[in-house]
Order: sequence, then structure tokens, then C-alpha cells
Amino acid sequence: MSTALDINTVLLILAAAAATYVTRIGGYLLITRMTSIPPRMEAALNAVPAAVLTTLVAPAFFEGGWDVKITMLVALGVALRFPGLLVLVAGWATVMICRHLFGL
Amino acid sequence: MNRSDFKQGLKGGAIIALSSAPFGVLFGAVAIDNGLSFLETLLMSATVYAGASQLVGIELFGQRVEPWLVVLSVFAVNFRHILYSAAIAKFVRHYTPLQKALAFFLLVDPQFAEAFRRGESGQGVSFSWYFGFGAVIYVCWSISTMIGAWFGRMIGDPASIGIDILLPVYFLGMVLAFRSRWGFYPIVLASAVASIAAYHTVGSPWHVSIGAAAGVIVATVLPLPAKQEPDAAASEAEG
Repeated sequence: MSTALDINTVLLILAAAAATYVTRIGGYLLITRMTSIPPRMEAALNAVPAAVLTTLVAPAFFEGGWDVKITMLVALGVALRFPGLLVLVAGWATVMICRHLFGL
Repeated sequence: MNRSDFKQGLKGGAIIALSSAPFGVLFGAVAIDNGLSFLETLLMSATVYAGASQLVGIELFGQRVEPWLVVLSVFAVNFRHILYSAAIAKFVRHYTPLQKALAFFLLVDPQFAEAFRRGESGQGVSFSWYFGFGAVIYVCWSISTMIGAWFGRMIGDPASIGIDILLPVYFLGMVLAFRSRWGFYPIVLASAVASIAAYHTVGSPWHVSIGAAAGVIVATVLPLPAKQEPDAAASEAEG
């Protein structure tokens, strides 16, 4: 395994890191420059978690096989009543049962 | 530093760290495949620290795409973070400049979701908690990248031991944690439909930004709520 560092590759990686950092601090710098935040903008910002997290879940559900679909439905049911860790355990158990017992 | 907050952060972050480890391993293996050295692979995970964009970047790098285009693609995939840092601003104003600089570096998806939920529930987003939560994910991301880079594809199929399902299930739980919020159903519906449509047309990982934009736009056109104060009552049970 090579442990070499190519200068051009390192510069490319650092540029990508800088670009990423700009996105992570940019929103804060912009919003703190504003003296007041209009209510509609506040509403938009408050929608960010649900809007973004949904995009990480919905395609996984629709693109996944029956094992994934069943697991996510079970997880949804569990999540309505129980905390995060239990949801993960239930999801993991369901997917293992689907795959290894029913061959889905 | 507040020890109990820090510990609580470590504990919460450990679950995410484990769930995201398969993706770190995957990135490590793919990066070596695409011609990065071990140290370069680790450097990328340690400095960019954004899974989806790292995979996009490495894919383009492997195809000998122009460097500026690689950087631009990484920027585009990570664009959603601008919304994160704007949305979280009200909870981290009390950090020192150095704490802010570090906090924004660690602002990955689950970090944002948990910090936002914590802030809204009135528990407060102390730096000790934030740093503990972020540090454990960051360290685990770097370690899993190294494992992937060393052992490559020998590790086998994450699906057969069921770890590929952990992140989608975790994010599903997080989405539901916001379900009593104003506009939840229209926002989620818009994001779901747009992200699935984008997944089929534009492809991954762009469906994330497109789906998120759809949800946020819906939030701006919905009739505004009568009162916008977060409900502190729900948080008391957590403490």
C-alpha cells in the first residue's frame, strides 16, 4: 500500500475541504449579518431538518427491496412510540430476519 | 467544559458513529481503488469530512476530471450545509469564535439534526455537548476510512450483517422527531416527492439538495403559523 503524498492531489483535497468548510460556515455568516430575519425566512430555516432528512429516507425506501421497505415500515411504527436506539435495534433485527430467514 | 454534557454528547454521537462506519469503510476502499494513497485517503476524510461529497469527489478524481470541476462538485453536493449553519445560528451564538470555527467544521447531517432538535426542545446546545457528539463521529469516520483503505473490499458485504440499514432507519427516526412541528406533512411530502423524482432523473447525490430545496420552498409559501415559539414542554421529559 502506498503512503505517498502527491502534491497536486493534496492541493485538490485541501481545496475540496475549503469548499466544504465554506458551505458549513457560510449560512451562519450570512444570517448573522442580517439585523432581523423575516418570518418567511425563519419558517424556511425551521423547515430545513425535516426537508433534508426526508431526502435521505424517501429514496432509500422506494429504491430498496422488500427487505428495506418492510424494515423501514417497522421502524416507522416503532419510532412513533419509542426512542432512537430502540428504533435502530428494531430496524436491524427486522432486516436481519428478512434477509436471513426469508431470503428477501 | 461541562463533563456531563460532554459525556451525553459522546453517548449520542457513538450511535451515529457506528451507523456511519460502513460508509467510511466504503469510502476508504473506493478511494484506494480510484488511485489515492493511504495517506491521501485519510487526509480527505479528515479535512473534507462529508461522506457523500467525498464519494462524488473520488469518483470524478478517478475519471481524471479537471480539478476545478471536482472541487465545484464537492461544493455543490455540500451546498445544503449553508442551510444548516443558518438554521443553527440561533443556538450557537454564545460560542467563542474558536468554538464556532470548530463547531461548523463538525457540522455533518446528524450533528445538525441532533443539535437543532436539542436547541428547539430548550435543552440548550452547550459546546461541551456539541463537541462530544461531533468528536466521536469524526474520530470514528477517520478510523473506518483507514480500515476501508487497508482492507479494501475484503471486508465483505455490509448488507449481510445488516449495517447498511442503520443510517436510513436513524434518519427516519429523526424525521419523525419533528412530526409535531408546523408544516411537517406538506414539507415532508414535497421533499419526498422531489427527492425521488430527482433520484430518477438527475441521480444521486443531487437528489438531496433538490429534495431539500422543494421542502424549504413549500415552507416559505405555506400560511405562517399563528405563533412560532418552539414548544418547551416536550423537552422536559428528555432531561
